[in-house]
This record gives sequence, C-alpha cells and structure tokens, in this order.
Amino acid sequence: MQAIKNYLKSLLLWELIQGLRVTGRHLFRRKITVQYPEEKTPLSPRFRGLHALRRYPNGEERCIACKLCEAVCPAVAITIESEEREDGTRRTTRYDIDLTKCIFCGFCEESCPVDSIVETRIFEYHGEARGDLLMTKERLLEVGDLMEQEIAKDRAADAMYR
Amino acid sequence: MFETLHGIWQVFPEGLRLVIIILLKIVAILVPLMLCVAYLTFAERKIIGYIQARIGPNRVGPRGWLQPIADVCKLLLKEITIPSGANRFLFLLAPILAIAPAFAAWAVIPFDDVKVLSNINAGLLYILALTSLGIYGVIIAGWASNSKYAFLGSMRSAAQIVSYEIAMGFALVGVLMAARSLNLQDIVLAQQGNVLHWFWLPLLPLFVVYFVSGVAETNRAPFDVAEGESEIVAGFHVEYAGMTFAIFFLAEYANMILISILASVFFLGGWLSPLEGLPASLFEVPIMGTLLGPGMHWLFLKTSIFLFLFIWLRATFPRYRYDQIMRLGWKVFIPITILWLVVIGVLIMAAVPPWFN
Repeated sequence: MQAIKNYLKSLLLWELIQGLRVTGRHLFRRKITVQYPEEKTPLSPRFRGLHALRRYPNGEERCIACKLCEAVCPAVAITIESEEREDGTRRTTRYDIDLTKCIFCGFCEESCPVDSIVETRIFEYHGEARGDLLMTKERLLEVGDLMEQEIAKDRAADAMYR
Repeated sequence: MFETLHGIWQVFPEGLRLVIIILLKIVAILVPLMLCVAYLTFAERKIIGYIQARIGPNRVGPRGWLQPIADVCKLLLKEITIPSGANRFLFLLAPILAIAPAFAAWAVIPFDDVKVLSNINAGLLYILALTSLGIYGVIIAGWASNSKYAFLGSMRSAAQIVSYEIAMGFALVGVLMAARSLNLQDIVLAQQGNVLHWFWLPLLPLFVVYFVSGVAETNRAPFDVAEGESEIVAGFHVEYAGMTFAIFFLAEYANMILISILASVFFLGGWLSPLEGLPASLFEVPIMGTLLGPGMHWLFLKTSIFLFLFIWLRATFPRYRYDQIMRLGWKVFIPITILWLVVIGVLIMAAVPPWFN
C-alpha cells in the first residue's frame, strides 16, 4: 500500500510541487538586501577593523613598547623596535602592522596593558600599492587621533565586560 | 518619395526581391529574439534574487534595466582566448554550430495566423531535427577545447540530450496524432475553441514530459550536469571567453525561449485566445476586442509563463545526479509517453469530444 502511495506521489511530482510552493512563497517575501554604500548594517562597539595607536589626553603616546602584542600576534604582522628616550621612558621607534598579514583577531588589543593599540570601526580602507597596507607608527597614531572620540566611547561601552 | 522608392524596388529582379523580403523577415524575428535573450538573463537574475530574498541587479540604469546591455558590452570587449592545445577551426566552429540551429528553428514558429516565416508541412520534423542538431555544438566544443572538464561536460550533455530527445519525440508524436498534422500552423488551428480545447488537457502527461525534457534538452537546472560547476567547472564551455562564450550563452537562452514557445504552440494553443467561445460581440469592441481575440500577444504571454517556470525550476531544485537523469529519461518518461500514445489512440478511435470529434 505504502509502495503504491509513494509511486503515485513521485509520479505526480508531489514533492517537487511542494518545493516549488516554498520558493514561490519566497518570491514575495520582504527582501533583506542591504544596499551597501547607501545603507549600512549597525556595527558593534567590539567591531575589529583598522588598527589605531592611542594617546593620553596630554598628548603622550600610550604605547610603552612592552611588545606583548608583537608576541601574541598569531599572524606575526606586528614589528616593534624601541629605545629609551631622554626622560628615561621606553617608547617605540618603530611600530608596524602589516595589514596584508593581519587576521583581525583582536589579540593585540586584548594583550595591551595600556589600551594603546586598538581596533577601530573603520573597515572601508584600501591600498593602491602594496606599501599602502603597511601601517607605520605615524599612520597608526594619525588614525588614533582622528578616531579618538569613537574609540574612547566604544571602550567605555565595553568596559564592564572586560 | 514613395514612388521613387517603389521604382527602385521594381528594378530588382523578382528573385532578389524575394530574398530581400525573406532576409528582412529573418531580421524581424532575430533582433527581438536577441533582445529577449538579453532581458531573459536579466529576468532570471532578478527572479532568482527575489526567490532568495535578495534584490538582484539594480545598479546599472534605472532599477538595473541596463544590466544586460552592460553585460553584452563586457563580453564584446573581452579577449577571445584559444587554448594552445585546441583545434582552432573546430574551437571556433562550435559556437556557430550551437547557435545556428537555435535560431534556424524559429523559421517555422507561427506567431499569428499569417505571421510565419515559412509555413512548411513538415514543421514538427524540422523542429525535432534542428533541436537535436544543437548538440553538435556542445560535443565539438568539448572535443576541440582539449580539456578534460570540457570533454566530460560534452560527453554528459551528449548522452543526456540523446536520451531526452526520444521522450521529447514521443511526446510530439502525441501532438501530431491529436492534431493529425505536422504543420505547426495546423497544430495551432486544431486547438481552436476555448481553454479546454487546447491539447494540454488530453495530452497532460505528454505536456509535462515535453516540458521537463525541454529543460533537460537545454541543459538547464536541475539537469545542468553538462555544466555542473561544482564538479567540472563549467562543462563544455570552460575554455571559452568573450564573444565565443557569449554565443553559447545566447544559444542556451534562445533554446529556452524556443522550447517555451513550442510548448505553448503544441499544448496551449499558440496564438489562440483562451477567451474564444465568448459571445462574438465582445471581440468587436475596438481595442479590447483585438486584445481579447487571438493574436501574437497571447503566444508571448504563454511563452513567458514557461520561461518563468524555467527560472523557477532553476531556483528551486538541486542538480540531479547523473544516473538519476538517465533513469528518469529512459525508465520513466519513455514508458509514460508510449503508454499515453496508446491512450490517445483509444481517445481518437472513440472520437472523444471536444478534441477528437
């Protein structure tokens, strides 16, 4: 009996018609496309985009060249060289992040004891030559200066979970 | 002005005039066909997008309407590459062999009670012959490319098309039995009456078999193992680029439209109006009468239903496994068609109204 039923079902394309019904319903469903340059999806304060180096409010750079980020970086994208300054503090002379290697895991940010290296919400950047994606210390500080307000706000929003 | 033109026209010898008129008719069929193909690709992308809850192409021109034009420009400007191991002559011949039958078959399609390029008596045989010729383009493309993917694709497609050709042929035998003619115009006229007089009802299994075989014949999803991008990259046209690829593309879509228009001619009464049989006074109203009466627009409407179905099927079903395709073709479709031919024979002998009396 069951065999006959199954035979008739497949002969009458029953399951195929059910499938067509499902897709037919979806034809009239609300479309979920986000039309990117005009519309954007909301970003989390934890979003991990382009890196930045932050400064203290008095203008002093935060980074103390502890090299924890360099050590933790799974993609070996960070290169740091440091020196003692005249006032006796240790500061970086070179802080490079190779964005072509970086996997945006956020470990550098987590490992930083002074909240210096952070990842911002910027994700719409590009390079036209290979060197453009090699972030130097100057460029990282520049991003940090530019985005400081948003960075500080995002850190504050996430502070209670850290 | 008109008289000078008429004078020039008279200068041409009789034969040349005929050739010019036929050429103009061919252009009048092929140019709209090419445009239809272009916008069919657009419709396909839009409809599949909608079914997948996306919007589809909407950037080029207002609401994406210029997308096919942009695609054509891109394909025209791309380089045509010929693999070093390929047979140059066959490699370039294959797209032509694919497109020529796809276009040539349009010669016998009756668009209207008078608008048909050549109203030949063996129209149905001509259609069967030409739709099977298209496979040579695919086989030669696969062979000439000198690539294993292309070769595998063309082998699959050859076996598939040969198998489904038989089921399709049998389905059309049913049509010719019902219409008692091979002439496409006569087949349409045999369906005169209202919706219930069309052949889809007495030939329902053949109708389904014909359409599904048509989908298989054009190598469309879910029967597109010849292209099977997950297994053999793009099948027979992996090595083609630019315009040579575009021609295969054009042939595939022209074949799709052809199968759809044939399905409406054979089973849905072609250019006949579904409203026939209503009081005659209704058809004498100036504009509405022409719209409701028989005409090309009904043919195009029916064709577009089938084209939508093609796209709908593609958006719904996963690809068939190859042995299942063969099983469906040989063990299901052919027995069904043969069985239904017997049924039609009985119906004709019994002169069952309204179709066979």
